[in-house]
Amino acid sequence: MTLIMDNNNATPEVAPMMEESRPKKKKKAIVFKIIAYAVCIFLTILSIFPFWIMFINATRNSPEITSHGVALLPSNHLTENIDYITKDGDFNAMRGFINSLIIAVGSTLCTIYFSTMTAYALVAYEWKLKNAFFTFIMAILMIPAQLTGIGFYKFMYKINLVGSFIPLILPSIAAAGTVFFMRQYMKPSLPMEILQSARIDGAGEIRIFHTIVLPLMKPAMATQAIFAFVTSWNQLFMPQMLLLRDKTKYTMPMMVSLLRGDIYKTEYGAIYVGLAMTVLPLFVVYFLLSKYIIAGVALGGVKG
Amino acid sequence: MKSLENEQEAVNEISTVITDPPVKRRRLNHNAFGYIFSIPFVVIYLVFHLYPTVYTIFLSFTNALGLDQEKVSVLTSDIFANYKKILGNLTFREGFVNTFLIWIMNFIPQMLLALLLTAWFTRHRNKIRGQGFFKVVFYMPNIITAASVALLFATLLGYPTGPVNDLMVKSGIFTESYNFMNNKTIARIVVAFIQFWMWYGYTMIILISGVLGINPEIFESADVDGASEFKTFIHITLPNLKPIMLYTLVTSLIGGITMYDIPKSITDGMGAPRNATLTNTMFIYNQVFGGSYSYKNASAASMLIFLVILVLSAFVFLMLTDKDEAREKKENKRRMKEFRRAQKLNQQGGAF
Repeated sequence: MTLIMDNNNATPEVAPMMEESRPKKKKKAIVFKIIAYAVCIFLTILSIFPFWIMFINATRNSPEITSHGVALLPSNHLTENIDYITKDGDFNAMRGFINSLIIAVGSTLCTIYFSTMTAYALVAYEWKLKNAFFTFIMAILMIPAQLTGIGFYKFMYKINLVGSFIPLILPSIAAAGTVFFMRQYMKPSLPMEILQSARIDGAGEIRIFHTIVLPLMKPAMATQAIFAFVTSWNQLFMPQMLLLRDKTKYTMPMMVSLLRGDIYKTEYGAIYVGLAMTVLPLFVVYFLLSKYIIAGVALGGVKG
Repeated sequence: MKSLENEQEAVNEISTVITDPPVKRRRLNHNAFGYIFSIPFVVIYLVFHLYPTVYTIFLSFTNALGLDQEKVSVLTSDIFANYKKILGNLTFREGFVNTFLIWIMNFIPQMLLALLLTAWFTRHRNKIRGQGFFKVVFYMPNIITAASVALLFATLLGYPTGPVNDLMVKSGIFTESYNFMNNKTIARIVVAFIQFWMWYGYTMIILISGVLGINPEIFESADVDGASEFKTFIHITLPNLKPIMLYTLVTSLIGGITMYDIPKSITDGMGAPRNATLTNTMFIYNQVFGGSYSYKNASAASMLIFLVILVLSAFVFLMLTDKDEAREKKENKRRMKEFRRAQKLNQQGGAF
C-alpha cells in the first residue's frame, strides 16, 4: 500500500492506482447502483400508487373500500359507480369535459397563433420600439394572474362577461412566456433569405407569415400547444371566479369540488370514478406525448 | 408615408425597384409589419392584462364593496386605510405565514431531491439505466389537474376509513385511525408534500437540461484528471447550475406565494383545519366570493402580495444579472483553482 502510494507520488501515473482500487471501486459502484435504483423505484411507486388506488377503487363499491382501502386488483362495480355519478347531482363529467375542451382549445389556438406572430415581429423586422417591446415582454413574463384577478373580475362584471368563456380565452392572445419561447426558437432558425426572395416575388407580408413562417415553426408550436392546453385545462382560479354561479358552465377542475358534495359523502366508489374521469383525459394526452412533453420542459429550462 | 418609403429605399433598394411598378398601391415599408404583427398582443395586453392591473391598484384605494355598488369613490380621509386594515387583519397574516411555511416545506426537499437525482442521472460512470422511463414517471404528477390530485390525497387520507388509515391500522403502525387533516401542522405538511410530489420531477428535468448545457470539456478534463463523481458535482456542476437554480427558485417562489388549487381543493375551501391551509390567494378569493364582495380588501391584499413578489424577484434578479460577467470570470477563476486543488488532493490521497 505505502509502496504504491510512494510510487504514485513520484510519478503521477494513474495505472497503478486504478489497479489497486479496482475491486473497491467495483464494490462501491454496486452499492451506489443498489441505492440509486431503490430510490428511483420507490419514487416510481410514489408517483403511480395514488393513481393506481384511484383507478382500482373506481371499480369497487363502498363496502369493499371501507373494509379494505387498498386493493391491487379491480373489482366489478365500475358500471354501478359510473351510474351513480352520472345519475343525478351536479357533477357532470361530460359537461365539464366539453366546457374545458372549448376553453382549452380556444385559448391554445389563440396563444400559439398570436405568440408566433408577435415573435415573428420581434425577429424578422427592424423597428424602433422592437427592443423596448422585448424588454417589456421579459418584464411581464412572471406576473401572476391571480394577483390582478380582482380588477379583472370586476371589469368583466361591468362589461357583462361573467359567466362567459370569452374572458378565459381571449386574454391568452397576450401570452408573454410563449412569445419569449417562440422568439428564442425562431431567432436562429428563421431563413431571412427565403423571406427576402418571397418578398421579391411579390408575396405580401401576411402571406409570407402564413405560408412560410408558420409551417417552419410547427415543432415549436406543437410543444407550446401542449403546455398551453394543459395549463388552460388545469386552471382553477380564474374559471372559479368567472363561472361560479352557473353549474352548466363548470370546467373539469371545478367539477372536482362538486365531488365533496353531500350526496357523494358515503359513495366512495363514485368519488373515485369522478376523480378518474377528471384525470383520464390528461393521462391519455401524457402517455401519447410524454416524449415531447419532457423535451419541452427541458427546453423551457434552458431559457433561465 | 413618404419618409418611410425613402428610408426603405436607403435600406433596401432592390425590393422597391422590383415591387414598385407592378403594384398599384405603393407598398408599405415591410418593417412596418413589426408594428402591425404586434398589434394583437399589445391590444389584448392593454385591455385584459394592464387595465385589470391598474384597476386592481385603483380599487385598493377606494371604498369598493358589494356586487352592484352605485358609485366607487377614492378614499379621502386616509388613502391607505385598506392597506392598514389588511396588514392588521389576523387572518391575512395567518395566510401569509401559512403560504411561506408550505412553500419552504415543499421547496427545500424538492430542490434537494432534484439535485440528488440530477447528480445520479448525469453521471459519466455507472450510468443509470431507464432514465427516460424514470423522467416520464417522475414528471407525470405535474401534468395532472392539481384540484383532482388534492381531492385524491384528501380521499386517500380520509378519516376514519381512508386507504392510508386502513394500511396503517392493518399493518399495526397505528392502533386506531388518525384524522390527518384535523391537525394544523400535518395538514400543512400534506399540502406541502403534494406540491413537492407534483414539482420535483419538473425541477429535476430542468436541472438535468442545465447540466447538459455545461461545456462538456470541463467534465472531460475532470474525468481525465481522475476527479471523483462527487467532487466533480460539487465543484463543477453545482457552480455552473447556479443561474438555473435561481431561475427555479424565482418561479417556484412566485408559484408558491400565489398557491391556490391544492389548498383550496384539499379541504372545505376555507383553509380548514382552523385556517392552517389558508393561503394568500384563498384569502383574496374569500374576501370577494365569501359573500361580502369586499373588492377594497381583496385588491389591497393582492397589491401587498404583489409588492412582496416584486421585492423578492428584484432581489434574485439583481443577484442573477448584475455584474454577471465580472462574477462569471471570478467564478471561473475560483473554480479552476478549486479544481486544481481537488486534483492535487486526489493525487495525494488516492481515491476516497
